[in-house]
Amino acid sequence: MTNDSLISIHDLKVYFRSNSEHARAVDGVSFEVRREETICLVGESGCGKTVSALSILGLIPTPPGEIAGGQILFADQNLLELNEADMQKIRGNHIAMVFQEPLTSLNPVFTIGDQIGEAISIHKKLEAEAVRENCIQLLTDVGISSPAQRLKDYPHQLSGGQRQRVMIAMALACDPDLIIADEPTTALDVTVQAQILQLFRSIQKIRSMSVLYITHDLGVVANIADRVYVMYAGIITEHGNTAQIFHDARHPYTQGLLASLPSRSKRGTRLHSIPGAVPNPAHKPGGCPFHPRCPYAIPTCSKEYPQMCDYGQGHLARCPVLFEGGG
Amino acid sequence: MLSFIGRSIVQKIITLFFVSIVSFLIIHLAPGKPSQVDPMNPKFTPEVVERFRKEFHLDKPLHVQYLYFYQDFFTGKTVSWKDNQSVLKKIWERFLNSLPLFIVGTIITWTLSFPIGIRSAIFRGRLYDRSATFISYLLISIPGFFFAYILIIFVVTQFHVPVIGMETFGIGETSMPHIFMDRIWHLLLPSVLGATGGIAVLSRYVRSQMLEVEGQDYIRTARAKGLPPEQVHYKHALRNALLPFVTMFGLILPGLIGGSVIIESIFSWPGMGRMAYEAILARDYPVILTVNFVSAVLVLIGTFISDILYLMVDPRIRL
Ligand SMILES: Nc1ncnc2c1ncn2[C@@H]1O[C@H](COP(=O)(O)OP(=O)(O)OP(=O)(O)O)[C@@H](O)[C@H]1O
Ligand code: SF4
Ligand SMILES: [Mg+2]
Repeated sequence: MTNDSLISIHDLKVYFRSNSEHARAVDGVSFEVRREETICLVGESGCGKTVSALSILGLIPTPPGEIAGGQILFADQNLLELNEADMQKIRGNHIAMVFQEPLTSLNPVFTIGDQIGEAISIHKKLEAEAVRENCIQLLTDVGISSPAQRLKDYPHQLSGGQRQRVMIAMALACDPDLIIADEPTTALDVTVQAQILQLFRSIQKIRSMSVLYITHDLGVVANIADRVYVMYAGIITEHGNTAQIFHDARHPYTQGLLASLPSRSKRGTRLHSIPGAVPNPAHKPGGCPFHPRCPYAIPTCSKEYPQMCDYGQGHLARCPVLFEGGG
Repeated sequence: MLSFIGRSIVQKIITLFFVSIVSFLIIHLAPGKPSQVDPMNPKFTPEVVERFRKEFHLDKPLHVQYLYFYQDFFTGKTVSWKDNQSVLKKIWERFLNSLPLFIVGTIITWTLSFPIGIRSAIFRGRLYDRSATFISYLLISIPGFFFAYILIIFVVTQFHVPVIGMETFGIGETSMPHIFMDRIWHLLLPSVLGATGGIAVLSRYVRSQMLEVEGQDYIRTARAKGLPPEQVHYKHALRNALLPFVTMFGLILPGLIGGSVIIESIFSWPGMGRMAYEAILARDYPVILTVNFVSAVLVLIGTFISDILYLMVDPRIRL
């Protein structure tokens, strides 16, 4: 851990119990976010990205969820040990979150102004007029035109892109140190996606804060990330800076993801995608969870849990087979 | 807005027209005739029945009878076959009797169901929720009349207060405060009994609405902002959970008539429900049809109020 670390997660385990099943959704995940950087958490649907993010804010519904172990260190305290009242002072104030579905994530019966204003006044003692001015400034910052009028609008009166901008304005309300964005562009159409991505890049620079950006789209990662964590079936399988991940991937899963990325040079050829399906977290294969789909798998892969292998300069991959085979 | 109201009123008048036809047909197609209710009654000689049929146009074809009936109805001349009294006057008296029972019962039901249901949802699975669930199902499964008798016996033996009827016989001779207290006692028990079933059902419904809303994404957003639980539950969740009840609120109006037949019978309360019930047994068509028409009007007024309320509370509905 470097001393400019903002938040670091160690060996986080989150399980979900239902009747007889026991889903290990997040199964020993470690990562850190440093000050003023954007990191990406990337992986296929169901690998535990959202669960990891919600754990940071203490928003896992328990039951059925259960934090089975680990530490989340932020400002010299372990967030997992804070009580609810202390956690409320962190949420929205120091760490804010933008969700995937802007339509369902905004309350349909309150105005935009009410919902953003609430995020401000809960953490800061301000006069109503000051809150209003703050809201207008925030809406301007996220690129919404005629913000004073928009404050009186309800979520259904805005377009998808505008709604997500409102969500971002809400997250920015208290100038947090970290914004967690959970697939914020997945529900939007392509041109709007690009604009929102651009918005994240610019606010990260202007406000010099950290962004934890969650996505399953490597194209987005290339656009925005300083560093990348690749996640598979509840564990981190590879970590590196963007260049290492895109030009020197060392884990078969990352290589598979890259090969399935449509790129200009390969246009017209058939898309390669990883055969097989993401394992159900309640019935995960033993050993390396990727072994049923891995082209390099050897018999020990299904028995031994793979260790992280260090390729130097912070580049780590959880595949001893490729590492020993002349990494 | 005005055009919506205008359109809605026209629609409802058309509906009412069809209701009048259908209810008229159903009553006349149903087996049984007024003269057959009591064939042993010496007053029902064939001549009397014949005169009676003439007088009330029962010898005419159905559509002519229909016109006669609604002509009388709208000129306020409809009379009961039983005692030749004006139906509208009878209904109005009974309505005034039912009103306090209905109002007190409704207030009790709604003011208790909501806090109980909301708390159950917030503390789901905990002791409070489980006790509330248990008691609700108990109250739903005990028949109302049985529960009523237990309560009557309890109140009469423990407090020595008579509770049958609207007031104690002969109370009119005592002082004002006495009469007032007597009225309250007589009103309270049937209202509470009428409300218990309602509370049991409505609080369950409030609970499930609240639970559904608590699972929505915007509740997670509200928590992610750092709002305290009270604000999450009572502002963000409650406001959404209440929306469907706005519709229900308009639909309780017809309960004025049908909602209380059993309670009114047990307590000998001279209300609308009992009058309608007795009219049906006596095949007193004018009373049945008028009550029917009045309930249809109440239903339509109720839905109209709901529509207007919905417009005011749900910003997504705009005209
Ligand atoms: N509330 C819950 N109850 C039960 N299981 C859950 C719950 N939330 C998540 N899970 C389990 O955790 C696993 C990981 O879910 P998560 O939402 O973190 O995936 P994700 O990586 O965010 O996928 P996506 O790209 O689809 O959003 C799921 O497969 C699911 O089985
Ligand atoms: S450890 Fe084995 S199964 Fe896992 S990625 Fe490496 S080669 Fe494939
Ligand atoms: Mg997700």
